[in-house]
Amino acid sequence: MSVLIIADLQEGHLKKSNAEIISYGNEIARISGTSAGVLVLGNCTDNLSALGAYGASQVYQVADANLQAVNPSVYVSVISAAIEQIGADVIVFSNNPSSKSVAPGLSARLGAGLVSGAIAVPDISNGFSVRKTVFSGKAFADVSINTDKKIITLNPNSVTIPFVATETVVTSLSIPVPASTRKVTAVNKIEGEVPLTEADIVVSGGRGLKGPENWGVLLDLAKVLKAGTACSRPVGDAHWRPHHEHVGQTGVQIAPNLYIALGISGAIQHLAGVNRSKVIVVINKDPEAPFFKAADYGIVGDLFEVVPQLTAAIQQLHAEG
Amino acid sequence: MKILVCISKTPDTTSRIAFTENNTRFDEAGVQWIINPYDEWYALVRAIELKESDPATIIHLVSVGGADSEPIIRKALALGGDEAFRIDIVSNDSYTVAKQIAALCDREKYDLVFTGKEAIDSNNASLGGMIAELYPAEYVSLATQFSVTPEGCSVTREVEGGEETISCGLPAIISCQKGIAEQRIPNMRGIMGARTKPLHVVAAEAVTPLTTITRYELPAAKAGVKLVSADNVAELVRLLHEEAKVI
Ligand SMILES: Cc1cc2nc3c(=O)[nH]c(=O)nc-3n(C[C@H](O)[C@H](O)[C@H](O)COP(=O)(O)OP(=O)(O)OC[C@H]3O[C@@H](n4cnc5c(N)ncnc54)[C@H](O)[C@@H]3O)c2cc1C
Ligand SMILES: Nc1ncnc2c1ncn2[C@@H]1O[C@H](COP(=O)(O)O)[C@@H](O)[C@H]1O
Repeated sequence: MSVLIIADLQEGHLKKSNAEIISYGNEIARISGTSAGVLVLGNCTDNLSALGAYGASQVYQVADANLQAVNPSVYVSVISAAIEQIGADVIVFSNNPSSKSVAPGLSARLGAGLVSGAIAVPDISNGFSVRKTVFSGKAFADVSINTDKKIITLNPNSVTIPFVATETVVTSLSIPVPASTRKVTAVNKIEGEVPLTEADIVVSGGRGLKGPENWGVLLDLAKVLKAGTACSRPVGDAHWRPHHEHVGQTGVQIAPNLYIALGISGAIQHLAGVNRSKVIVVINKDPEAPFFKAADYGIVGDLFEVVPQLTAAIQQLHAEG
Repeated sequence: MKILVCISKTPDTTSRIAFTENNTRFDEAGVQWIINPYDEWYALVRAIELKESDPATIIHLVSVGGADSEPIIRKALALGGDEAFRIDIVSNDSYTVAKQIAALCDREKYDLVFTGKEAIDSNNASLGGMIAELYPAEYVSLATQFSVTPEGCSVTREVEGGEETISCGLPAIISCQKGIAEQRIPNMRGIMGARTKPLHVVAAEAVTPLTTITRYELPAAKAGVKLVSADNVAELVRLLHEEAKVI
C-alpha cells in the first residue's frame, strides 16, 4: 500500500496548501508503514524540488499542456492510470473547487470510498476511519472507508503536522492524456484579493455596516491584516458585496485562524460557515447579539468608532515589529 | 430537452443537531425537514426557467430516500416539474445514492441532470460527480450561470480564485449554487397542481456501500467570550497578539 498526494496547483503554480496535504499524506504513510508520493498534473512553472521543503521525497509529474484546465473526465483517466502505475491505494486531495469536480468521479471509477472534507488524520486502529464535518460544521462524523482503495479530500487549515525538509526525486510519468471534450471560453479571476478559503485571517461584515459605501472601514482593517474579506448572506443578496464573499450554511465555509465579524448578529446559519475558525472576534453594538456566545473575544460598541481604532492599533503593533 | 433535478431532504437550518444510540444516529425528534436549499433555490428554479423558455422541456425530480421524503418531493413539485421518482432506499453513502440515480438516467435518458452544490447535512458535494462517471455524462461543478447552446451548454463555474465559463456537449450533470437562479416561493396553483402530479416509487438496486458513518460527535463548547471595553481597543490587539497569537 502507498499514499498518493495530488499536488494543488493554480495556473501552474504550487499553492501553499501543498504543505498541509503533503504532511498529511506523509503522516498516513508513516502510521501505515508505507511510503507517500506527490502527483503533479500539468506543467508547473515553480521548481518541483521545492516540494521537498514540505517533506515530499518522491514527486511524479504528468507534464501535458492539456492538463492545465481541470476537466473531470480527463483528470479521472490520468489519475487512475497514475494510481495503477504507482500502485497507490490512499489518494489525498486538498478540498477545493478542483477536487470537488474530480474526486467524486475518481471514487466512482475505482469503486474507492471517498471522504470529502476530512479534518483529521485517519484512525487505522480498527479499519480506516476518517473524521469530517457534517451538518455544516455543527457536528463531526467518523466515516469508515470499506474499500481497499481510499480517497480523502482534506479541508484546508485542519491539521498541523510538523514536516522535515527532504531531497526530492522528480519522476516523469508517461500517461496518455485524452483529448478534452470541452472548451474554456472565458476566465474571470478576482485580482489582488486573498482567496477566502485560503486566508489565514478573514474580516467579515454584516448588515450593521448599513450600506456598501461604508465598506472602507472594513477594507482598511483587512488590508493591515492581509486578510480575506467576507460578508453575511443579506449583504450578498443586496449586492453590497460580491456573492462569492457570502459565508455560512448556504455560502462558503471557512476555517481561518482568525475571523473578525463586524456588525453581524451571528444567526445559526451564519455560524455554520465560520464555526471552525480557530479564534473568533465579534464587534457588535448589541450586547445580546447571539454571535458573542460563539466568540473568543468581543467588543460591545459601534463598529464605526471601534474599527478605525483597531486598524490604527494593529498598524502600531506592526510598526513596533 | 429532458431534465432531471435531484432533491435531497435535509434538516431545517435552525434544527438542533443531536444524536442518539450512543452517537451513532442523527436524532430526528422534532426536526423539521426541508428541501436542501441548493436544490430548491438554484437547481430546481433554473430547470423551471428552462421549461418556461421552452415549454417542450420535461422536468423529472428524483429523491433517494424513505417514505418520509414524500412531503418535500410534493413541495418541489409545487414549485415546478412534471413528475417525480422516489427511489426507496435510505443511505448516507454517496456512491449508493449515485448508483440509484445513474440507473434512472440510464432508463430515462436525461439530457441534463441538476444537483445542488452540496447537501447541507452531508457536506459531501460528491453526488453529481459520481453520477457523471456512472451515467456517463459531462460534469460541471459549482455552477453560477447556465444556458443551453446549439453545441450543448455553456456554464460558468467557480474555480480557485474566480470563475471560468466552459462549453460542453450533453448529457451533462450540473451542480448548482448561488447566481444560477433566484429563490422562488410556490404559489397556490402550484400547490394544488402538485397533488395530482405522478410520484413514482421505484425499488432500489442492491449496492454495497463504499463508506459507513460509524459515529457522530458534537464540537466542544466555546470557553466563553472575553469582552474588552470599547474604550480600550489596544487591549484587544494585545490579547490577539500575545494570548491568541493570531496577529
Ligand atoms: C435557509 C437559510 C439559510 C441561510 N444561510 C445563511 C448563510 O449562509 N449565511 C448568512 O450569513 N446568513 C444566512 N441566513 C440568514 C440568517 O438567518 C440571518 O438572517 C443573517 O445571517 C443576518 O445577517 P446580518 O447578521 O448581517 O444582519 P442582522 O441580523 O440584521 O444583524 C446586524 C447586526 O449588526 C449590529 N449592528 C448594527 N449597527 C451596528 C454598529 N453601528 N456597530 C456594531 N454593530 C452594529 C446589530 O446589532 C446586529 O446584530 C440563512 C437563512 C435561512 C433561512
Ligand atoms: N438522497 C438523495 N436523493 C436525491 N438527490 C440527492 C440525494 N443526496 C444528495 N442529492 C443531490 O446531490 C447534491 C449534493 O449532495 P452531496 O453530495 O450529498 O453533498 C444535493 O444538493 C442533491 O441535489
